[in-house]
Formats: sequence, structure tokens, C-alpha cells
Amino acid sequence: MNQALRICDVSLRDGSHVVRHQFTEAQVASIARGLDAAGVHMVEVSHGDGLGGSSIQYGQSLVNELDLIRTARSVLSRAKLTVLILPGIGTRDDLKTARELGAEVVRVATHCTEADVSEQHIRRARELGMEVAGFLMMAHMLPPKELAAQARLMESFGANAVYVTDSAGALTMDATRDRVKALRDAIRCEVGFHGHNNLSLAVGNTLIAIEEGATWIDAAVRGFGAGAGDTATEVLAAVLDKLGLNPGLDVLKLMDVAEELVPPVMKKPATIDRAALTLGYCGVYSSFLRHAESAAEKFGIDAREILMEVGRRKAVGGQEDMIIEVAIELAQTKSS
Amino acid sequence: MESIPKAAARVRCAIVGSGNIGTDLMVKLMRSEKLELVAMAGIEPASAGLARAREAGIQVYENGLDGILSMSPKPKIVFDATSAHSHLEHAPRLREANIIAIDLTPAAVGEYVVPVVNIDERRGASNLNLVTCGGQATIPIVAAVNRVAPVEYAEIVATIASASAGPGTRQNIDEFTQTTARGLERLGGARRGKAIIVLNPADPPIMMRDTIYVRFEAGSSHEEIGASIKRMVREIQQYVPGYRLRTEPLFDTDQVTVMLEVEGAGDFLPKYSGNLDIMTAAAVRVGEEAARHLSERESR
Repeated sequence: MNQALRICDVSLRDGSHVVRHQFTEAQVASIARGLDAAGVHMVEVSHGDGLGGSSIQYGQSLVNELDLIRTARSVLSRAKLTVLILPGIGTRDDLKTARELGAEVVRVATHCTEADVSEQHIRRARELGMEVAGFLMMAHMLPPKELAAQARLMESFGANAVYVTDSAGALTMDATRDRVKALRDAIRCEVGFHGHNNLSLAVGNTLIAIEEGATWIDAAVRGFGAGAGDTATEVLAAVLDKLGLNPGLDVLKLMDVAEELVPPVMKKPATIDRAALTLGYCGVYSSFLRHAESAAEKFGIDAREILMEVGRRKAVGGQEDMIIEVAIELAQTKSS
Repeated sequence: MESIPKAAARVRCAIVGSGNIGTDLMVKLMRSEKLELVAMAGIEPASAGLARAREAGIQVYENGLDGILSMSPKPKIVFDATSAHSHLEHAPRLREANIIAIDLTPAAVGEYVVPVVNIDERRGASNLNLVTCGGQATIPIVAAVNRVAPVEYAEIVATIASASAGPGTRQNIDEFTQTTARGLERLGGARRGKAIIVLNPADPPIMMRDTIYVRFEAGSSHEEIGASIKRMVREIQQYVPGYRLRTEPLFDTDQVTVMLEVEGAGDFLPKYSGNLDIMTAAAVRVGEEAARHLSERESR
């Protein structure tokens, strides 16, 4: 029995990418209520790119995320309401507003080499009385030791946990193990893991992370998240239960949420199709998928070509504009 | 030195802040025909910037602004390349000493200025703020659209090399996004502005890239907007030669997307840090205009 383990369901944030940020209040209420009843410890609600993410660059929200956060607050009774913020996109003012609406936990996300830009936001979140996790995105791009050094920075700013965030779903098993272990050895605060299933390794990698001492665990019910989806909450719950590690999740209720509440919202199931597999294969930010698919259609090229080129150019999360530019260039090369 | 004959006509100026930006600015100011750099002040005696200033034969102060204010005669213009926090303290002291402040920090004490957009209205001001590097690169494009078609919404994404984002930017990232967004509104003319910054650690470092999304009044002429944008790019190239469009402006009904890159001049800072170069180049341009204004006023 692992008492310390806490599960954060990210479907109402990471799933925002899948529906191009078109969540409605009714959808959020329904899924959040189901997750709460199933014993999930944290429920994350935000634009896919975090507070303030609604933009032409990332996609404009149908409903203001603050209204979605307010809605989630009204239905959650046990789970902690959680938000995401990316410094450079969202500001401390956005964080304060979310706090006033009842957000209790925040994850402050930076590219894995840029932890120092999270200082303002982590400190402010602690001042606001929130629990804070640092989120080191695209963790596959940095060797374990260097990743741990970045984690130490976030811890020094006041983070209660620091995540190995596999945004590209590109980590293999040992790569996961080495990173989580490096963080576990380097910091005193808790370690988290966020996986994507682009290489079909999300649940397996999450178990390895738990073996190595990760205690904040992200998952999305029915894998409702970017790319081929996140670690599926109901699957993880079933596996943890079999292993005697279930931290209080109701496996059957999670299955019901996955089967009854999510599909009407999600529309298309999370699958490892060729474009999603390319993300994990080439180490590309999972939320680029929908943007690359749109650009591929518009310019008459293969989404994989765009994703591979974006990967070669070492794009980091947030550089969605590069997708359009690469698509234009590829289309020109093709026609000339 | 080589330009002694001109020196008499040049306006005396100084720099406070001996970091990367201050040092690059020094190199540029030493070439100016309208400004005479008489002092460089820092607070780190061992800083590379001060050493370089000493080598160049410029008066150096190790006690920051105090040093500059102790000069007699005082410079007429001081460029502040310290931090927003320090500039808040410097601004009233400079005003009291009747010195024009050109502020490269995001303190935003004075009026925002972008040379190609509003220098004519601002050149008599006592404190001029250069917004942000993202603002210097993107506000002109928004203004270029706005001069032919009213802008409803402008959103910019500035991507810069991690290596060119100093501690000032990193610890004040909210100030960057907020100040840039305000600049898009006040100077660019957008009814609403939004700014995003992304740091990319790729090695070799990437050049500064900016994407500008502008939503304009329905039915405006794409042709006129496109021509206005290109005209603006040529105007900026006069002081930032490495400023260029990466693709043709991309129109989609009432929206245009402009993608550009900024390559630095490589004066002191590496060429990829176009984000810093555009600030120092703009600062020189603003300083020269302020100097011209002072000379005209004095000759009247």
C-alpha cells in the first residue's frame, strides 16, 4: 500500500488540446464530478497551454477557462482543484484569479532547461497558499543529471514536487527510471511523473516512476490528452490495485467515467496512429499533433513530415507557430 | 578620438549598467555622430563591460548612477541598462538632475517609444521607455496594419534563444508579457493585445523569431496591409539591418500572420541575440533623436 501516492487527472486540461479548447461548462461539470466520486486526488482544469493560453497561437477557448474552473470548483468535494501555468504565457495575475476561484494546486511548467523562469510563479503560488509542483517539460531532451539540477532550482523556489514531464511521450523505460531516480536523489521534495502514450509505454513508465519513488502521478481518464493520450487513469488504477498500490481510487467508477462520460466529449478515441507515433519516435511536443494535422491538410502534405522537421529544428513546447512555417516551406519544396 | 571635429557638436551621454546590453550599447554609441559617450557606470568593478569601457578610454564609475551624477558637467542623456527595479530608483534622480532618461529596462516609468512608430511625438520627453525587445520587434508591424486597417486584436509570440535571455528577463517574465501587450495596444493601436514569450535552448542558438497575428476590421484591403507591412520592415532595416520577414504575410480573411526573424549586428553580443540588438539599436536611435531635439531647443 502506497499511502503517499496521489493521482492528478489532467483530462480537463490536457484533453483541451484534443477538442481544440472547446470544452463547455456542462462537459467539465460531468467529468469533474465523475472523477471526484472515483477518488482522484487532484483534478486539473485549464486551457491546454495553461492559464492565459487562449490565443491564436494555441487555439482560442470556447468558454473562458475561469468559468470552467468555477464550474469544476462547484462540483468537486474531495479532489483538489488544480491548474497549470506556463511562465511566458500565463502571469501571476492569472494565478491569483484562479486562486480566488478556488484553485488549490498549481503546476508551473517550463521547458526542462529553463526552470529559472518559474521562480516568480512558484513563489507567488506559495504566497497564495497553494500547493505547487514544478513541471519540467520535454524531459527526454535533457540527461538525468542536468534534469535533476533544474529540479533543484524549482525546489529552491518553493515547489512541493517536481515532475519528470514526458511531453513528447518519447521516454523509454530506462530513460524514465534514470530521470526519476536522478530527481529522487537530488531533491527532498516529492517527485512527479507525467506520461504520454505515444510509444505505448505510458502505464509501464508510470509504474517504473513509482518504483523509483515518484508520488505525484498524472493520468487522464480514457487517456484524454494530447498526442496518443496520457497515461489512462482507469487503466493505471486497475494496475495499481492489482499491485496492492491503489491509493484509494475506485477502479469500477473510473471505468464508468471512461466509458460513459468521456467519449461524448472526446469524440475521437486516443490512438497511436502514425502521426501520434511520430511524436514519440521523434521526440516532438504532443500538443503539436492537432496543429500539424491542420497544417498538413491546409498545405497538402503529410503531418509526419511536418512533425519530423519540427523535431529536427528542436522546437520546444509553445512554438506552434513553427508548424505553419515548416508546412509552408515543405509545401514550397514539394511544388518546386 | 577619430571624430574630434564632430565632438563639439555631439551631445554628451552616459550609460548606467555594464552588463551585456550596456556593453553592446557602448559599442554602438561610440559610432554615433550625434552622441558622445562620456561615461559608463556599473556596480561590479570586475565586470567585462567596465573593463571594455576603460580600454576604450571612457570614464568609468564603479558606484553606479552616483558616479554619473557626480560629473561636472553632467551628461545630458543617460541610458539605463540596469534592471526595472533599479530604474525605479534612478528615474526620479535623473529627472531632478534634468537629465533625459532612456530606459532599456521594463520599468515603464516613462512614455513607451518605438523609433519607427512614435519617436516624433516623444522626442521631447524626459523619460523614454523602450518597452521590451519583443515590443520593439513586433509593435511596428501592428502599427503598420493599423495605419491602413483598424486593428481589433494583436497577438505576438517572441521566441528567443535561451542563451540570450539574461537573468533580468528570466526573473521578470511577467513584466515582459504584460508590458509588451500594453505596447501593442498603446503604440500598435490594437484594441486588445496579447504577448507570449518562448525560450528555446537549441545549440547552436536560434535567432530571435517573432510571429505576429493581427485581426483587423472586416473588409480591409489585404493588398494595402501587405504593402504597409513591407514598407515598415524597410524602415526598421535602416537601424536593424538583420530584421527580415521569414515568409510573405499570410492572410486569412480578416487576419494576417507575419513571421520574422531578427539577426543582431554582432557588435558585442552574438548575432543570434537579435532580441538584445534591436533594443540597443533602438536606444541609439531614440538617443540621437533626443539629442537633436536638445540641440534645436538650445539653438533657438
